Amino acid sequence: MLRYVLKRLLMMIPILLAVAILIFTLMNFVPGDPARIALSQNAVITEADLAAKRAEFGLDQPFFTRLISFLEGAFFHLDFGVSYTYSTPVTSLLATRFPITLMLAFLCTLTMVVLGIPAGVSAAVHAGKAGDRISMFITLLFNSMPNFWLGLMLVLFFSLELKLLPSTGIGSPAHFVLPVICGSLSGVASIARQTRASMLEVIRSDFVTTARSKGISERKAIYGHALPNALIPVITVCGQQFGHMLGGISVIEMLFSIPGIGSFLITSINQRDYPSVQGCVIYIAVTFSLMMLITDLIYAFVDPRIKSNYFVQRKKKEKT
Amino acid sequence: MENKNLLLSVKDLQVKYQSGGVLVHAVNGVSFDLEKGKTFGLVGETGAGKTSIARAILRILPDYATRVCSGETFFEGVDLMKLSATEMQKYRGGKISMIFQDPMTALNPVQTVVNQIAEGLKTHEKITKAEARLRAIEMLETVGIPADRADEYPHQFSGGMKQRVVIAIALACNPELLIADEQTTALDVTIQAQVMDLIKSLRAKRNTSMIMITHDLGVIADVCDYVAVVYAGQIVEYGTLEDIYDRTAHPYMKGLFAALPEMNLDSDRLKPIEGMPADPTNLPDGCKFAPRCPYATEECRKREIDLKEVSAGHFCRCIKTESGV
Repeated sequence: MLRYVLKRLLMMIPILLAVAILIFTLMNFVPGDPARIALSQNAVITEADLAAKRAEFGLDQPFFTRLISFLEGAFFHLDFGVSYTYSTPVTSLLATRFPITLMLAFLCTLTMVVLGIPAGVSAAVHAGKAGDRISMFITLLFNSMPNFWLGLMLVLFFSLELKLLPSTGIGSPAHFVLPVICGSLSGVASIARQTRASMLEVIRSDFVTTARSKGISERKAIYGHALPNALIPVITVCGQQFGHMLGGISVIEMLFSIPGIGSFLITSINQRDYPSVQGCVIYIAVTFSLMMLITDLIYAFVDPRIKSNYFVQRKKKEKT
Repeated sequence: MENKNLLLSVKDLQVKYQSGGVLVHAVNGVSFDLEKGKTFGLVGETGAGKTSIARAILRILPDYATRVCSGETFFEGVDLMKLSATEMQKYRGGKISMIFQDPMTALNPVQTVVNQIAEGLKTHEKITKAEARLRAIEMLETVGIPADRADEYPHQFSGGMKQRVVIAIALACNPELLIADEQTTALDVTIQAQVMDLIKSLRAKRNTSMIMITHDLGVIADVCDYVAVVYAGQIVEYGTLEDIYDRTAHPYMKGLFAALPEMNLDSDRLKPIEGMPADPTNLPDGCKFAPRCPYATEECRKREIDLKEVSAGHFCRCIKTESGV
């Protein structure tokens, strides 16, 4: 298992290298001059000022020189440079935003799992009946509502009309309620649908009948025998959702003014803050690949057949 | 037929499934009695409704497809059909248990075998987890699986070993009635023999009554006291093993025996029963076997034939025997 993890971690290096080169090159060709944007508060911008600013950012160097020094910094010193906008290292900017995004992503995923899985299971158990139809209609509704619109509606209703919940910021637990609702509803729907689909297959398996024939309760047969066998595709969806959200839920973070990774990325792009954008993108690539690795490891934990595959592979290698 | 030794009495069992818009008449009025300590064989072709009879007794028919499941199944005087779902759970796995047909799919792939056996014990007996585990390991050893493999998963076992686990699950709580549903069909012949010997010895030790479902006439001859021949969801012949084998009355059963290859003769071709098994979505009027029966007359196709006693305890559903010929 350890060998497998190491192999997967090594495989991440070329992926990250490709991502880094791609984003660096893309940013280089995006129209807009970072020096001019950085000086935009000045009333008069002279050519000398611009040249000085460019030299400060290192933009006077040729493209390849800058690329090599960026890659060297990022891969050997974990240093993505200094933000043009904040004049602080990008790493520390990411570090202050990461816990907020992590918190938001965790709460959203938790909501998805806690609501989505039981909803999917009960829909599968009552497949074809009214409850199933209604819950599948609701999930389709959740799935097809754009979250920026949903967020605005939630703010209008709960914050402006009822004055129950704060609409922006992250001061208290109450601040997380609306963003989490807004960020998790479509995920709840996807997980419910995925759970329903894979439960429908498993629920008719012989081993569930065997379980029933032992005289255990229907609940135990469903949650104890059928569900663990239906979890693999559900875990895939959960892992993907969590991985995506760790990269920042840009729309929600912007909407609720949450200083997370997503809103940081958007402002950095607007400011042509090259180091911050590059730092964000590499961070997103790293967290997403790590999350996929963790998801694969959870498979092995849930299904002993997958686990034995890992071990068999290792044994084969030891023999050769 | 009030009888103190009576363990199970099935009366007019009907099972109908809905499948893609058509109604499947799987079981059409099956009645039989089983005495304590006896083994009852249900023999018939694939699709004759044997498994549906077994599942209807345990009430584990698939609810998404089952439209009708009616009749009476008295077990020790209690009608199982009338029990609530929770009352039924006490019988299932405790007093009545079932060995399933396909060991490859009958076990939960993500649970260790010992836990799958212990689960039934924990449900029916007031014992601790550790005790249930010990009992489950004992049970594994009884069916010939070494204790050190208890914590392995089904995919680490061969087909025969899996069938042993399925048997261990069924026998864990010392059931009074064991329903064995073609427990050897999925296995190769040597393993079949081993599993049959195992079941016979366990049955002898515990004096368990059994319903043995099979299409293997050899298995029936080997272990059964009574036999019912099922065709198109009906019992067409019912009697003791000797009645069925030596005094065969129904043309269907005669056809089945004729189809057995003679070991001492050098025959090139088998003698099959002509035609196809009756289509349970569209059963013929009158005698269900008439379209394939060499003796069928016009009258056979016109009216339902009743199960009539041809000699004491030997019943047959055929117009020829009805008149007492």
